[in-house]
Amino acid sequence: MTTESGADSEAKQPQEKKETGKGKAKAAAQPTSPQNHPEQLPAAAGHSTPARKEQQKEEDQESHRSSTSRLSKSPLRGVKKVKIMQCKVTLLDGSDFTVSVEKRAKGHVLFDKVCDHLNLLEKDYFGITHRDVENQKNWLDPTKEMKKQIRAGPWNFAFSVKFYPPDPSQLTEDITRYYLCLQLRDDIVSGRLPCSFATHTLLGSYTVQSELGDYDPEEMGSDYISELRLAPNQTKELEEKVMELHKTYKGMTPAVAEMHFLENAKKLSMYGVDLHHAKLVGNLYESLAPAEGEDSEAVEIMLGVCASGLLIYRDRLRINRFAWPKILKISYKRNNFYIKIRPGEFEQFESTIGFKLPNHRAAKRLWKVCVEHHTFFRLVSPEAPPKKFLSLGSKFRYSGRTQAQTRRASAQIGRPAPLFERSSSKRYNMSRSLDGAPIMENHETPAKDGSMDGAARVIAKEDIITTITTERKAEEEKAEQEDFLRDTTEPAPTTPLRYDTKRSPHLYTCDPLRSERSLPSSPVSSNKVRRRRRESQRASSVSPAKSGAGRCRRQARAEHKAALLKEQALLLSARRQRLEQGKRHGGTLFSFSLHLPDLSSILDEDGYLTFPDLSEMRFLPECAQSFLPIKSPSLIPCFLFIFFFLLSTSFSVPYALTLSFPLALCLCYLEPKAASLTASIAQSYHEHDSSEEEETDSEHTDFAFDGEMTATESEADEDSEMRTQYSFIRRVKGENVFIRHSNLMLEDTEPPPEVVKHQTNVSELKRSFLETGGGSSGGVPGLTEWEKRLSSSPLRSPRGDEAPMIEPLEPQDTKDEQPTGDEKKEEVGPKGITASADQEETAVLGTETETVPAKQMSPDSVEAAAKDMPVVHTETKTITYEAAEVDTNGDADPGVLLSAQTITSETTSTTTTTHITKMVKGGISETRIEKRIVITGDADIDHDEALAQAIKEAKEQHPDMSVTKVVVHKETEITPEEGED
Amino acid sequence: MTPVRAERSETLTKLENVMANMCPYGRFTHAVVRGIPETFGKVAGDGGENEATAAVELAKAQRQFGCLTGALRQKVGLQLIEIPPDPELPESWRIEDVAVIQGDTALITRPFKQQRRSEAEAVRRVMSELSLTVVEMGGEQGDSGGATLEGSDVLFTGREFFVGVSSHTNRRGAEVLADTFRDFAVSTVPVCGGARLKNVCSMGGPGTIIVSNSDGAKKTLRMMEQLTDHHYDVLTVPEESAANCIYVKGPSKRDFLLHRPAEECPESVSAFQKLQDYTLLPTACSEASKLGASLSSLCLLINRKHTHF
Repeated sequence: MTTESGADSEAKQPQEKKETGKGKAKAAAQPTSPQNHPEQLPAAAGHSTPARKEQQKEEDQESHRSSTSRLSKSPLRGVKKVKIMQCKVTLLDGSDFTVSVEKRAKGHVLFDKVCDHLNLLEKDYFGITHRDVENQKNWLDPTKEMKKQIRAGPWNFAFSVKFYPPDPSQLTEDITRYYLCLQLRDDIVSGRLPCSFATHTLLGSYTVQSELGDYDPEEMGSDYISELRLAPNQTKELEEKVMELHKTYKGMTPAVAEMHFLENAKKLSMYGVDLHHAKLVGNLYESLAPAEGEDSEAVEIMLGVCASGLLIYRDRLRINRFAWPKILKISYKRNNFYIKIRPGEFEQFESTIGFKLPNHRAAKRLWKVCVEHHTFFRLVSPEAPPKKFLSLGSKFRYSGRTQAQTRRASAQIGRPAPLFERSSSKRYNMSRSLDGAPIMENHETPAKDGSMDGAARVIAKEDIITTITTERKAEEEKAEQEDFLRDTTEPAPTTPLRYDTKRSPHLYTCDPLRSERSLPSSPVSSNKVRRRRRESQRASSVSPAKSGAGRCRRQARAEHKAALLKEQALLLSARRQRLEQGKRHGGTLFSFSLHLPDLSSILDEDGYLTFPDLSEMRFLPECAQSFLPIKSPSLIPCFLFIFFFLLSTSFSVPYALTLSFPLALCLCYLEPKAASLTASIAQSYHEHDSSEEEETDSEHTDFAFDGEMTATESEADEDSEMRTQYSFIRRVKGENVFIRHSNLMLEDTEPPPEVVKHQTNVSELKRSFLETGGGSSGGVPGLTEWEKRLSSSPLRSPRGDEAPMIEPLEPQDTKDEQPTGDEKKEEVGPKGITASADQEETAVLGTETETVPAKQMSPDSVEAAAKDMPVVHTETKTITYEAAEVDTNGDADPGVLLSAQTITSETTSTTTTTHITKMVKGGISETRIEKRIVITGDADIDHDEALAQAIKEAKEQHPDMSVTKVVVHKETEITPEEGED
Repeated sequence: MTPVRAERSETLTKLENVMANMCPYGRFTHAVVRGIPETFGKVAGDGGENEATAAVELAKAQRQFGCLTGALRQKVGLQLIEIPPDPELPESWRIEDVAVIQGDTALITRPFKQQRRSEAEAVRRVMSELSLTVVEMGGEQGDSGGATLEGSDVLFTGREFFVGVSSHTNRRGAEVLADTFRDFAVSTVPVCGGARLKNVCSMGGPGTIIVSNSDGAKKTLRMMEQLTDHHYDVLTVPEESAANCIYVKGPSKRDFLLHRPAEECPESVSAFQKLQDYTLLPTACSEASKLGASLSSLCLLINRKHTHF
């Protein structure tokens, strides 16, 4: 038995030990386990903290001992750098291939190494899988760092066929077909690929021929078949039939036998079908073959992803099928997976079908597999990952070659057919007969033994978490708040030194573990890094008694957060710098984790900590400084910061007061560093976005896919339990959104045409608006209109109080607003986007000053600000219409800002800025949409009509929402110095 | 190695014909039929369909049955196995219902009507004689879980099964079928209006489905089109009764289509003319048709060419 965090310890572990990786967690969690690793047990029992006591009721004490023992040992371990990871890859013939890769290497590094080892050129059909803690098979994303994909556990992988070629005869090389055969043999033996007795016989006979060659009665005897594993339930009868057939194949070469094998196997109905457990959501009866009027809600089904589309099975029966061309859009949200179906010949509207997956990760996995299969088999070339950084959006795309491309490429293969040894099925058999189950056991059954192991492992982690006291959590939060205030009240140019001073190691001393962890990094780590760590810890300490799944989710979220934060502050150059820094300074914490095997998951997140970000701070002081306020859900610190800032820049106190609040809000929307950044930076963002995608809480992609199909990822994985338990979780989510939002603004500075287009689309979906003057604090009890609308949409489960970030681009919404969107386009015309990204004021005020005759629906505070602006030579007229119920006292409790979004589009004469803000105040969430239209131009525009039109449009676009306020602000330039359109 | 690659395409084209289990629809060597008993038209058990009893003519039905078997044997060239009629089993002539045969496997079904379940015995014997692998749906053991399945609700296209979930066939029955024929996709489709799947459609060739023009049939067809991975040509016939045909690619490699004659389906005959190079065999089936049966109900088609199993 090895220790649990094989990830770190593997470097030292003999290879064979790793195989038992799954058992390790069990070992940690079960009372019987301690004797399995006595070296880790000494004198650890006394280490419990108060928080652990509660835990002990639920979990067994010995597991604590084993885990705490590790904690106690850890300080003794030296500081080591662990850069190289040993990866054990189970190959298709059942053998293991061990290879070393850098810990931070991307997935393709490992994949390429394996393919090299296998002498495989047509590698696009293959992939590497890794089993997560739930023992679910996940595909290693070649474009992302492996360590982010393997959160915990040993670095064990399996090499598998990812895309089963529908016509294997079109593969160029025999060696490729050979590996495909190996995969299919495994599929057959494991039962994933069911076939009849006759087919088992036939396929088995080809297997025998290709592996053993011609039948030779003298050498083979009569029992040679039974050594081979050819079917899940291999009978004597089967073996006899196989032998009978085998005798007839004299002279058939292995390659031909494999060809026969594949030609038969490909016709099997389950060939290349990747099955996922699911349940039907809602009453979708009409789309399914009726079955005795049962409640379709609870129907257990299987979703099968294959080359041609999505298959829906109930038991073994196919009850529906959606070919890729029939699917307009795929998306997921929490545990649900949705497909939007193109209307058929006789239907008028597209329909959306939802499926409930066992958990959020499963939904995401399915979504990814769908995206990949669609791209691989249906598209000529993979869709470029979106250049946009919309807050709504996963950056996940299939990045490899499509089938068309790989066929073209493999047509170029000019090497002589490689000689390769076909491993005999004996070995294949043995590797599988160890436990009777195939190594790559089927992924269809979520509750296999392995998942038990996974659960145990999670529990084991829980133990450790409980040693982090709950008190610390609160303290932690408080500390962060303080920290935050300090950060925000600081003037703009902050030096790294500042952060250093603020980093107070003693913060963590309440927890031995933490202090240990913070020690090595503290002298160099940046505020950001610390924050990241804090958050991950906070997340992990949320509820010690929580279920393993919840723990995982939390962990994922923490990781995600960390990724987001990291991403936020990273520029390409800074990142490089950081990597270099990491080489110099990093590794200390990491080696720490090496000695805390059970902590691997936590420490994995802390892997971020190992790379001090001091350099970033140096490079981007203002960036870092300005994004910090954004992270706060509360605007007050922001407000204070700007207030003092304005004061310091010698404005009057009232002026500073007036301006600072809108600016504070504005700050939240603006990507502070945007203006100075170039495309190369965007590039670096990009990379990070993809990693972020891995763990995001809520992601929504709406991308044109196949020109017709879109995929949406919306991954708010918070369950109700998660939502209600700790308010700060919600706040944390809010932070995410802010950051994402700032991405959006970053993009605004350099709008590629398609982005503009997209944004216009988005703006059709959701106006987003500048949140001002605490207008958002006008408490509308209960659900906001927006949310009511969303929850009334059939796809959404009506959960009013969820803290759902930016709402997904639900298909309905898109549809609903299509017509109005067109109208809007006429008027607005997505020509360009005014950046407002540089620093705070520009966005709000810039447009203001340029305005000649302006019409706007704007919050009064902005308008007030505008009035106060020293705009000379203009006549200013402001009319405000306000609905009675609107509460405009801005400085009252601003609530917790959940999400905010700004979209700007511009034509020569019109600038439309839309802002969506979602706030939560005391459990009530409110969505506020504000739209500001600035019409610039000569007097030949009928402004009244334009206003009427704008209001009408706004009403049409959001029929459920009410227009609460209309502000008309008209500036007429007196001097005839016009012409700045 | 290189020569192997050169030969490949040739090898593959040959392979298509070698497929043990999945050959194009229509290759049959044997037909199993069961004679019309004197009790023809008397509904098994307590009749709920008494109005139909009066209308049928036994002699005519037997004549038509004779024509059908004659066509199968002499024109198409199948080996015909005729199970003698049993007066105790008035519906035993609907032999299609009691077994689903694909390749070397025969699934003995569990008909909806209790009284019909004993019809299977004789069929089972014949299957064994033909050395087919007989799979039972497990009626007696009681482990069928209420599964019912009748062959007239099963359309095998050569590539996949469609099971009409009808008044006589339920989903459980389809599951058993799917479990029996694991190589194939088994899709369930709704059958409207109390009809049976084979009433509204049948195979008219290796990739051709003949379907009637009725709304229910269209709906079923649409579902089939959605569910399938394959492409089928669809031959639409205006009359519902014309949609049930028997297609056989006989030992002579010619395409035979047994269809309802012009007297029974005047408007549909022209549709069949569209099938190129077919030998059309108009076969009357008016009496059986009165009882809701059709041409295909009267026979089980078997392909016993592959001897290595």
